[in-house]
Order: sequence, then C-alpha cells, then structure tokens
Amino acid sequence: MSETRINPAAFGAMPEKEKRLMLGNEAVAFGAWEAGVKVVASYPGTPSTEITEVISKLPDVNVQWAPNEKVAAEVAFGAAMTGARSLTCMKHVGLNVAADPVFTAAYTGVNGGMILAVADDPAMHSSQNEQDSRYYARAAHIPMLEPADSQECSDFVKLGYRISEELDTPVFLRLTTRIAHARSEVALERREDVPVKPYEKNVMKNVMMPGMARKRHLHVEKREEFLARAANEMPINRVEMRDSKVGIITSGACYQYVREALPEASTLKLGMVYPLPMELIRNFASKVEKLIVIEELEGLIEKDIAAAGIPVEGKKYTGIQGELSVEKLRNIFRGEAVPEVEGANELPARPPVLCPGCPHRGVFFVLNRLGLRVMGDIGCYTLAALPPLNAIDACLCMGASIGMASGAERANGKEFSKKTVAVLGDSTFIHSGITGLVDAVYNQESITVLILDNRITGMTGHQQNPATGLDIHNQPAPQLNLEKMVEACGVNDIQVVDPFDLASMHKAVSGAVSRDEVSVIIARRPCALLSKQTCPPLRIDGCKNCGACMKLSCPAIERGENGVSINPALCIGCGMCAQVCPFKAIKSGEEA
Amino acid sequence: MKAKFDLVIVGVGGQGTLLASKILGRLAMNADLGVKVSEVHGMSQRGGSVITHVRVGEEVFAPMVPLGQADYLLSFEMLEAARAAAYLKKDGIAIVNTQRISPMPVVTGAMAYPENPEKLLEGHRFEATDALKMAIEAGNQKALNLVLLGMLARHLEFSNEEWYEAIGACVPRKTLSVNIAAFDMGRMLA
Repeated sequence: MSETRINPAAFGAMPEKEKRLMLGNEAVAFGAWEAGVKVVASYPGTPSTEITEVISKLPDVNVQWAPNEKVAAEVAFGAAMTGARSLTCMKHVGLNVAADPVFTAAYTGVNGGMILAVADDPAMHSSQNEQDSRYYARAAHIPMLEPADSQECSDFVKLGYRISEELDTPVFLRLTTRIAHARSEVALERREDVPVKPYEKNVMKNVMMPGMARKRHLHVEKREEFLARAANEMPINRVEMRDSKVGIITSGACYQYVREALPEASTLKLGMVYPLPMELIRNFASKVEKLIVIEELEGLIEKDIAAAGIPVEGKKYTGIQGELSVEKLRNIFRGEAVPEVEGANELPARPPVLCPGCPHRGVFFVLNRLGLRVMGDIGCYTLAALPPLNAIDACLCMGASIGMASGAERANGKEFSKKTVAVLGDSTFIHSGITGLVDAVYNQESITVLILDNRITGMTGHQQNPATGLDIHNQPAPQLNLEKMVEACGVNDIQVVDPFDLASMHKAVSGAVSRDEVSVIIARRPCALLSKQTCPPLRIDGCKNCGACMKLSCPAIERGENGVSINPALCIGCGMCAQVCPFKAIKSGEEA
Repeated sequence: MKAKFDLVIVGVGGQGTLLASKILGRLAMNADLGVKVSEVHGMSQRGGSVITHVRVGEEVFAPMVPLGQADYLLSFEMLEAARAAAYLKKDGIAIVNTQRISPMPVVTGAMAYPENPEKLLEGHRFEATDALKMAIEAGNQKALNLVLLGMLARHLEFSNEEWYEAIGACVPRKTLSVNIAAFDMGRMLA
C-alpha cells in the first residue's frame, strides 16, 4: 500500500479556464474525460443517464451501453484491473444490480482508477424507491465523494481517480437529482494523457478465493483507517466558521440549501461522505454551541457522529422523506411558513401519460379488457397502472415481472396463471428478465410473458440496447434476436404481434394464457417518439359519446359535453381508437 | 433588474421548456452573472407537469427557486401557471401562454378544466397571450419558447444584441430566423 505517496492537502485548487454552463452529469462526463478515462460502461437510469451519453460524444474513449449495471461494473473493473481509468454510471437502484462485483472489487482493488458514479433520487422524481447509496459505501468499505455543484462534479471525478489509484480502491461519486440535473458553471480543461498502466498477473490480489480474500480483507480495513485519517486534512472537507451558535455538517445539494436558508450558521461541508473525518468533526463540534447534521434520506452521518460520542442532532428536524429545500429549512429552523396558494391542491393533476401512438397502449387495453392480473416491470409502460387503463397489479424492479408471475403460480396453482401475465420491455427483458424466463421453463411453469419490443430503451430517453442493432454511437451492431433468445430459453409457444392490431393481440393473449406451458408474446412496434411513420390524424363523425375510446387513455382524444373530439395536433393516426369504436364513428384521415 | 432574478418555467412535458432555460443560462453567463438552472428529466417528460428553475445573481446557492421568491413565472400552459402560482413573490410577474392542454383526469371526464385558472395568480402581474398562435405566425409552433422569452425580455435589462447572441448560441442555425422573429413578436407585444 502506498500510504506515503498520498498527500491529501494537495487535492484541490483548479486554474481559471473557459467556462460552460453544464448539468452535473455533463460535468462528471467532462471531468472523467479530462482525467483521461479510457473505458466507460453503463446502463441508463434517471438521473444518471446523461453522463454516459455526453462522454460517448467525446473522442478517444471506449463508451458502451451494457445490458445491465452488473455487466457494466464488471467491464469497468476489467478495464481498471488491466490498467485503464474507467467509469461506470448508474442510478441508485442500479447499484443493487451491480453490488455483487462492486463489493469484491473493494477487496481486489483496481490498478487504473475506477469510479462508480451513482445517482440517488430523493423524492423519487423518476424512481421506485428512495434508497440511500451512502449505505453501500459503508457496507463495501469504498470511499464516497459527494459534489455540491457542477464544478465539483468535474473536480471530484479527477480527485476520485487520484484516490482510486493512490489507495488502490474503487471510488464512489454520489450524485442526487438536484446535482445531476442542475446546471452551473464549469471550467473546461485539457485532457490529461494517462497511459494504460502495465498489467501483471497477481493471483493473491485478483483471485478472490477464501485464502486470498482473507488477506485482502485486512488490506481493506487498513486502507479505510488510513483514508479516515487523511479525510481530516482533505480540503474538500471544509470548515466555514460564521456564527458559533449553530454548526451544521452537510454535503451535496443540502449544503446549498443550508447556505441560502441559514446564511449565518457555521458549516462543515463534507466533500467525502465516507469515511468521515471524525477529528475534524470533533474539532468543529467543540467550536459551536449546537451541532446539527442536515442530510437528505437516511441519518447516516448523524448516527456515525453520535456513535463517536459527539452530541449531535439532525433527523429529528428533517426526517428521512423526500428532498430538502430552502423553504423547508426556513420552515423548520426559522418557523417561516411555506408559501401556499389557495385552490392549488384542487387543480386537476397532470400525471405523465403514454404518448399518442404509443404501442404499449394497445397491449394494456387488451389486458384490461381480458381482466387479467398483470405483473408489471420498469419502463414507460408502468404508466398503464394509472386510470383509465388500470392494467398493472405490481411493479417491483427491473425484470421482476417474470419471477413474480412464476411465484404467483407456485402459490396459487396453474389455473391462476390462466388469468395472469408478466409484461416487460425489450431492454428490461435483456437487463434481467432472461434469467426469470429460464427459471420459468426449467421449473415447468405455465406463465405468459409479454415482451413489449419498442426497439429502444424508452423511459430514460431513447438509448440503444442489444436488441436494436445499433450501438451507443448509433453505429450498426450485432442485433440480439429476441425470438431466438426466447426459444433458446426453452419456450416453444412464441408469437410476434403488432400491438396496434387489437384483435390479433386479443387472440394471441387469450390463447397464450390458456395453454399449460410457458408462452411468450413479443409485441413489436417502434416507440412512437422514434417512428417516422405518420398517418393523417383520425376524424370523428357521428359520435354517440359512449366513451369506449376513452378507455385507451390517449392524450389526443378528449371528451366534452357534445361527445369526443380528436386533437389533430397530437394524433399520429395509429388507428386504435377506430378499432374500439362500436359505432364506427372514428374514421381514418384518408377517408373522405 | 439585470443582476439578480429568480424565474420558474412551467409547462407540459414535450412542450420544449428546456430550450428557454438554456437560452436564459447562456444570456446570464455571457453577462458574467452567476447562474444555476434546475431541470427534471425522466418520467414527467411524458406529458406530465414539468418545471425548470433559473436563478441569476452574483452568488447563487440552491439550484431551485424557493416558493414565494420567483420574480417571474413563465408558463407554457394555463393550468400549469395556476399550479405554480405559489412560486411567485408578492410583486412577481406571470407571463403566460393562454393555451389549454387537458390533463388525463380532464381528458377522461373525471375532472373539469378550471374555468379561470388565472384566479390563482391574483395579486400578481399577469401578462397572457396566445403565444402558440404567434409562434405559428412566426413560422414554427416550436418557437413558442421565444415568444415567451420576448415577453420576458421587456422586463429585463439585457440589450437586443445580448439576447440575439444567446439565442443564436442555443438554437440550430436553420431555425434561427424563425426563432428571432418569434422573440421580436413577444418583445414588441403591446
């Protein structure tokens, strides 16, 4: 271990250069690129996606979408172990998928620097839970940096690579939505030329069998102790003394809220949130009358400080739910009311919806009609859980639909599966649905799986995946054949259906659920936002205002007092509403 | 009011609200002002309510405008303007496109679109126009952004040249003349 070479006090100051207004995610991308990153592998996930997208447009770096976060982390690890600086980016729940390689990479260490950028989503703007990634840093004994604006995103990536290489450890860079998706100024720098370090076979370090791993675990402990001491000297852990009545320990976006809402308070801004600089904290605590930790989500920092015997408060004020904000802190600590406008809560909500012409709509309309239980999954199609489609029973995590359907059958028998389906997207199936399908066939279930193949990873903003035939640069790539993949899993009953054709979809689903074997229906049609196909908007002539078409939940169809109308600015002419109208009142735009 | 202002932009996912914040960010940076912009990507972009915060000043901390503190509210849609009313400070100005886009509870008939959403903005200056119609007149409905920015420009102390430079840096070259035309229409509104 290279304890003597690291000089934490040298980490910091950057020269003045050309500035750009960048998202935190863009700044991470530029920072990594400037730090000479050679390999980047990620799976998209809001709010982390733009890091990988931006870096894919920069030269001299290998960037790829991986099928899931575990593979991405393994690719990044392989690159680092063999000497290159690497980066993998994911959302908080993606880290659950990647956790297996990550925990043991902490034992082996790296070689070239390796950064895991993980973006948490307090308040769940676009997520299924509010888990706090800082627990992973502690659990895996991996240092974690947390920037508070875009400039720090860039600076901390560079610092992260130095820590990673000097201390031979992967490094977490933790973002939250308000850092990842906020723009602020960033100074651009030249790309550092970082040659790939030589690779040497080292079985004791890189083959984690019990005998080797026990020795490496000692190394992990020593490294962490060293870093915890060094943390007291790092300029990114910064004390700003103001009024000594209250001292606030904070990091990331919360630092900004504190500075604005409580400008008189002294602060200890943590740039590294794990391990903690406990001597610095103890010293800061001794200079203030009252010590408060302001952190979003879990009370992690507060608990560690309390465990070190330092009197501290925090979560009793802020709670563990959602995001903090300037107005919340003003309310909690100054008693200022959060401004409200009367009547705002009674306004109709505007939840997100499936787009006009979305191919998922036909599938869920049919599932609703058939009255089936639907094990859902992660993607735009989760929106079909909302009224009026009401066509999803459960949504847990990437790929879980298939396992849930199998479990439901084991618990309730094969008849249950005749009224149940699993539904997931093409990218989600590849991410972690394949193993569920293998399981269902192997264990002789009779579940029905619908793969919504819209030829893209949709919800995160249209990323390519192994089934689209294009790579991250939109260049041709070998295309995973979903039919053959499903067949290779042992499925015999495979149908490919156009989801715009409601009658065929109805027939395919009712047939598949009735059979005593695993059935797969591939509903294939490109995402409406990608498809260049535009038919003239439909027209309504002779509406009886029965409301049948409203059950499609199409934003282009609106119901007024005098019947239903179609908004020609939104309608793309998919024709599904014409199929469901019992009075044939909806006509294609071509019909005179 | 050149040196410091807080602004909130609201609309419906897919309306292109992000371009307006990009131009404002550029404008502030070109004038050597501190700026932060907060966007939300992801699920809400599928036709949900969207909000972007733009903060300009010497030293900007939080990327989001605190409730009750916005100098300006730029709204692409009537109902969303009402929903965001709490962001405006007492003498704040609401600049609103009068377009009405029905959210799903209205589309299905479960709820009615409010008759006078502007009622929630009472006590603020309210400047409304059919910006969509003006954008179409200028040559492209997507230039709705620029009509609203033109209306905002009347309140801010940036020169035409500063605006044109920021717009030119943020829109594709082939749409520049349409966007400038839309901006000028908004700026010259009576």
